[in-house]
Amino acid sequence: MPETKKLMYINRKAPYGTIYAWESLEVVLIGAAFEQDVSVAFMDDGVYQLTKGQDTTGIGMKNFSPTYSALGDYEVNKIYVDKESLEERGLTLDDLQHLVWEDEDEDYAEKDSIRLVSRAELSEVLADQDVLFNF
Amino acid sequence: MLHLVNKSPHDGCNLDTATSIMKDGDSLLLIEDGVYGAIKAGKAASLLEGRSVSVLGPDLAARGISEDKLVDGITIVDYAGFVDMVTASDNVQSWL
Repeated sequence: MPETKKLMYINRKAPYGTIYAWESLEVVLIGAAFEQDVSVAFMDDGVYQLTKGQDTTGIGMKNFSPTYSALGDYEVNKIYVDKESLEERGLTLDDLQHLVWEDEDEDYAEKDSIRLVSRAELSEVLADQDVLFNF
Repeated sequence: MLHLVNKSPHDGCNLDTATSIMKDGDSLLLIEDGVYGAIKAGKAASLLEGRSVSVLGPDLAARGISEDKLVDGITIVDYAGFVDMVTASDNVQSWL
């Protein structure tokens, strides 16, 4: 068994103006298949990626936002959202998708994946990672 | 003159520059990631005060921004409305 590393994917861009958000999501899902300890962070304009109710029919682009709800099934359940970034943008946790995962150690109890964190808390989480990927 | 902004207000200074250079009678249309600038509770909303501002509806919908979140008095246009605004203006400035 190869060593398990703590990988964190840091998302700082809005979802449709550039390809970064979608590419990140694909890489996160690929990485998750290798049974690593994966965390995902959303900060700055990256918090826009998680807004609920996205409907891209009018702009002719694929709506990849439903895929975020699949992260829990890949055991990606540490999703950090930077509180300051949300507030600056006039958003609250209620504006974001409700992402959950099932804890098999507790009879598949459904638990929240999103952790709303301060800059200071995010700083601690960052310092604890082995590898950082930026999108 | 019609001013177009297609970047997020938190990504560079496009919205600041556009709103500070606009004259009375000019219009501002927010498209693509520019539509994030129209969120009432956002930090950038004050830049739009006293301006004639429109926002492209399909770009709002794609980003999950509902109309009730927008700055008061803003106009939502569709692609045909976008074209009308361009043809009605003697010039268009895109703040890319």
